Amino acid sequence: MTLVSNDLDLSARIEQVRAGRARRSRRWSVSVALLGLAALVLVGAAIMLGNTIYPLPDVIGVILGERVPGASFTVGTLRIPRALTGLLAGLAFGAAGTAFQTMLRNPLASPDVIGISGGASAAAVVSLVVLHWSGTATMVVALIAGVATAAVIYLAARGGSSTGGRLILIGIGVGAMLDAVVSFVIQRAADWDVPVAMRWLTGSLNGARWEGVLPLGLAVVVLLPVLALLSRELQALELGDAAATSLGVRVDRVRIVLILAAVALTCFATATTGPIAFVAFLAGPIVSRIVGPGASLTIPAALMGACLVLAADLIGQFAFDTRFPVGVITGILGAPYLLYLLIRTSRRGGSS
Amino acid sequence: MTVHHLLAAESLVAGYGGRTIVDDVDLELPAGRITVIVGANACGKSTLLKTMSRLITPESGAVVLDGKKISEVHTKELARTLGLLPQQPIAPEGIAVADLVGRGRHPHQKLFRSWTAEDDRAVVEALEATGTAELADRSVDELSGGQRQRVWIAMALAQETDILLLDEPTTFLDVAHQIDVLDVLADLNRRRGTTIVMVLHDLNLAIRYADTLVAVKDGRIHAMGAPDDIVTSELIEEVFDLSNQITVDPVSGKPLVTPIGRHHVR
Repeated sequence: MTLVSNDLDLSARIEQVRAGRARRSRRWSVSVALLGLAALVLVGAAIMLGNTIYPLPDVIGVILGERVPGASFTVGTLRIPRALTGLLAGLAFGAAGTAFQTMLRNPLASPDVIGISGGASAAAVVSLVVLHWSGTATMVVALIAGVATAAVIYLAARGGSSTGGRLILIGIGVGAMLDAVVSFVIQRAADWDVPVAMRWLTGSLNGARWEGVLPLGLAVVVLLPVLALLSRELQALELGDAAATSLGVRVDRVRIVLILAAVALTCFATATTGPIAFVAFLAGPIVSRIVGPGASLTIPAALMGACLVLAADLIGQFAFDTRFPVGVITGILGAPYLLYLLIRTSRRGGSS
Repeated sequence: MTVHHLLAAESLVAGYGGRTIVDDVDLELPAGRITVIVGANACGKSTLLKTMSRLITPESGAVVLDGKKISEVHTKELARTLGLLPQQPIAPEGIAVADLVGRGRHPHQKLFRSWTAEDDRAVVEALEATGTAELADRSVDELSGGQRQRVWIAMALAQETDILLLDEPTTFLDVAHQIDVLDVLADLNRRRGTTIVMVLHDLNLAIRYADTLVAVKDGRIHAMGAPDDIVTSELIEEVFDLSNQITVDPVSGKPLVTPIGRHHVR
């Protein structure tokens, strides 16, 4: 137990610690590369597969602006926007979910579980179905509603000990209320056809168009780097507010930026695709088993979110006789995990 | 590391939600020494330590580092001089010991700069200093309470601050591990000259390990000085409201407090 043992010993130790760190960071890099590759393959599959299967040269031709008989409309107008919407929404949900879960140190604390998606969803459905506002106005309304929902939940949960646990419980309650609003509006909109209504109940990529891809793409391009750049601060916050402060993190400021970025990502994605069930909730916990403990989850979780949405959409379209919207498939995956977490939490006798 | 920074409280008033807990405290922490803060439950000793380490914003007065208010020092810069080990930090699930200790390097790292050889050296020295080098690749979850506490101290050491504050670092440890942790801190003080300030519950261990003892009562400093000079039966009676007898600790030669209750008195 010496502070500076002899030099030989020290350099051997440094080598050992460096090797361990290199091993863990290599695992992270390999995981991210594989997840990125998987997301690309899934995007490709989403573009090529369908009632008619278009080979890669046709798809590339359409992307390059050539007129390919039949493919130009199906691929250029329907499948590419659908695939890109799935990719972008998945990135947004995955990154936002893991930011919340890490910051609140609780896997239950993802924006879809604590009602923030519900806020965006309710606002979007009112804007589109009741007020007949445009897509852009709907984005703005959804964003404002999502931030407002987050603020309400935060204020209601503030004070006393165990803020994290109370925040989650209040959020689940608020979320249930907002889901009721969505159901109510859809029931009243008699002329609203069922497939589109489903989008606001479970989330769907049906009806994805270029007009929706652009704002969502912009949000992801701006906000995902914000979350990625704050990943080291997020890792400090994970140790508790006191430890993070001691490490020189401005806890309040970092937390506000993280919340706003994550809420905005959730809202943009929700306004485009509806609340695709449990993607934000599942991406982080799944990916943490892949990249290993202690690693930054922001980028891997974003990629996992994209893989989940794209894979679930392919399954929903082609695996059954009936076509299911993507949210039904992710819901089937996510619900058992939610149940498992709730049971584990209640056995431990606490929610924070 | 021979440059000593001076941390002091000036007319410090602090508390929670309008309730004053630390009441007009002036305190200059001796540089390069071990200072232990003691006092009864809810006397304000922990609040004092938290305010000194900027976890709590003072209501009035100031905490001053080298003549400059810490609220005016850039937070990352401050984190390279002043470290705090909180009472209950949270280890991320499954994290490796070396990675957790590495998080202590945060204030030394820049936004786009990756890990450096300097960071590796600091982590290894921190592991060596706390006797946790063998555990480097193990998961923190697998460790015993005593080992875990030494790993947390290693994280604070990797931060390489000249001043280290610790909030009850021996709580929840059995007596052997308490001694173990205090020995690590005394080593650190002797070899690196780190200024150590901690709150301790065990009065006799506080007396044994402190160069300077600070006795807090009702949010004020009741007495401060070398244990040999200030520890008397009267002082303990006043600060803890406890009948007691002072003898000489046969091991350290410092004062030993033996409490007197209503039972088992000859």
